[in-house]
Amino acid sequence: MKKLDKNAKTAFLNYGLVAVFFVAVEIMMATGVMTNSFKGQLIPIISYVIMALALNLVVGISGELSLGHAGFMSVGAFTGVIVASSLQDSIGASPLRLLIAILAGALTAAIAGIVIGIPVLRLGGDYLAIVTLAFGEIIKNVMNCMYVGVDSKGLHMSLMDANSLGMEPTGRMILNGPMGATGIKKISGFIAGIILLLIVLVIIQNLVGSRTGRAIKAIRDNRIAAEASGLNVTKYRLIAFVTSAAIAGSAGVLYALNYSTVAPKKFDFNTSILVLVFVVLGGIGNMTGAMIAAAVLTVLPEMLRQFQDYRMLVYAIVLIVVMIATNNEKVKALFAKKEKGEAKANG
Amino acid sequence: MLGNLINGISLGSIYAIIALGYTMVYGIAKMLNFAHGDVIMVGAYIAFYSISYFGMPALPALLLSIAVCTMLGIIIEKLAYKPLRNATSLAVLITAIGVSYFLQNAALLLWTSNTKVFPNIFANIGAIKIGSVQIAPVTLVTVFANIVIMLVLTLFTSKTKMGKAMRAVSEDKGAATLMGINVDRTISLTFAIGSGLAAIAGVLLCTAYPTLMPTTGAMPGIKAFTAAVFGGIGSIPGAMLGGILLGVIEIFAKAYISTQLSDAIVFAVLIIVLIVKPSGLLGRKINEKV
Repeated sequence: MKKLDKNAKTAFLNYGLVAVFFVAVEIMMATGVMTNSFKGQLIPIISYVIMALALNLVVGISGELSLGHAGFMSVGAFTGVIVASSLQDSIGASPLRLLIAILAGALTAAIAGIVIGIPVLRLGGDYLAIVTLAFGEIIKNVMNCMYVGVDSKGLHMSLMDANSLGMEPTGRMILNGPMGATGIKKISGFIAGIILLLIVLVIIQNLVGSRTGRAIKAIRDNRIAAEASGLNVTKYRLIAFVTSAAIAGSAGVLYALNYSTVAPKKFDFNTSILVLVFVVLGGIGNMTGAMIAAAVLTVLPEMLRQFQDYRMLVYAIVLIVVMIATNNEKVKALFAKKEKGEAKANG
Repeated sequence: MLGNLINGISLGSIYAIIALGYTMVYGIAKMLNFAHGDVIMVGAYIAFYSISYFGMPALPALLLSIAVCTMLGIIIEKLAYKPLRNATSLAVLITAIGVSYFLQNAALLLWTSNTKVFPNIFANIGAIKIGSVQIAPVTLVTVFANIVIMLVLTLFTSKTKMGKAMRAVSEDKGAATLMGINVDRTISLTFAIGSGLAAIAGVLLCTAYPTLMPTTGAMPGIKAFTAAVFGGIGSIPGAMLGGILLGVIEIFAKAYISTQLSDAIVFAVLIIVLIVKPSGLLGRKINEKV
């Protein structure tokens, strides 16, 4: 009974956090305190928060290390752009188009998750990390050679160059190889982002609290014991992995449709690592922490602007110092008193 | 065909030397040292400035670069990784990423983002012709260096006391401590050797592909790391085999399939190998104990 209460409490804490963020931003908008640079960062913040939640499902709840989550973001983002761009003339209402784009992005990312997940989830530990890393690089590489255009006959696709598409002169390019998607209609909005974030939170929290979620955590804590108890290890790992991939895909759509151009190299290894940093700094398996870390660390480079050239250097030092400090025995002992119960639950 | 094979072996030998650094550090400290690629970059810059600005001959420049990188490796280990000896592997991984960011951005401030053209240190030696195939001197030196390094490392780990201590620590830290092995010093030594090798790899890499930027080390680092996994991480001959195969596959993919998709093909082969043989080509399979 107590366990259930705790789950519900964290869930409300997370919804409350999103609500506070929403209200704070609305107040800042209304009173005009909002700077333009911060306003431009709202959607990226939400996208990265969703990415952090998605990766936390894999790293924290399922206990697998993924170094290629930006790959799923990329798959989602470019699917979303293609869908939104080709429906531009047939569906006028942009919220509806955004919804369809997000669903399509999540779906293709989920398919990518299944394709990668089925063979790979048999491996464990660092090997899964390498394969996901390799997957992320493959996606980046393929997207770099992808040319997609649309004309009255429909979509054209090529891995060679723009001329081999054979488009009508009135056709429009959507993806342009290494240049990525250009001329995107910006249809992501702050409110749409908040709604997507809330939906993702509902999905993750219900999954984690459910029978399936307990099975996933049991496998994380002791795979052999879980297997001996009759749990289908690959199935439950796959559920966590594919859900995470789909969520990452939706975050990608939200992110891409906020810019007029998005290049494939935006979703490279560094982005995967960035999201992993959010998850680890926020506390592995801790959704609230991941959300806060993602938001703070997305804004931090902007806030460090006064250091100018030194800001990424400062960022790196902050990262190292935080990691060493949080793993220091003395600091740990301080927190251990507070979180004794939780530490036990998280193993 | 033969020319491509030679190019592949040359590139692969560079990957192999980098992969040796990854594999040794992984074997002993069980950590993915993501900063390794950036140590390569630092090594290349040191050699570049000693040759181009201070007019040093190539060999002393290489030795200086090895010395600086060895020191750098030891300092990084002492400052960033040693406090995390008992932390989770993820915490160490993130710290390594932090170190990698640090090195890249420090290089950006010190040496700016302008691309430097690395001098050809074998300029006065002509290419060697075998039949219709020309072999650049850097290729010969790289392959030769790779073989020497592997032989020396194999002898070092199997014959010397320090090398045996390294193997003992990678097998079981606790038992090694009980046998009177200084674990901290052994780990430092591993980082020193790995970083020294990184300097050699950096100079060879930039001689073969003479563009030098603060991000030069990142991609070869990732590829060498996958090469280490490919061959079976923790195994010295595995790193060499994995590195050379990766280089050959990459050059052949570039020559016969697609230049742009070559990286994708390399990584796809890696995924297939890992699915068929999860412990890598020469890796040992460790059975789980219940």
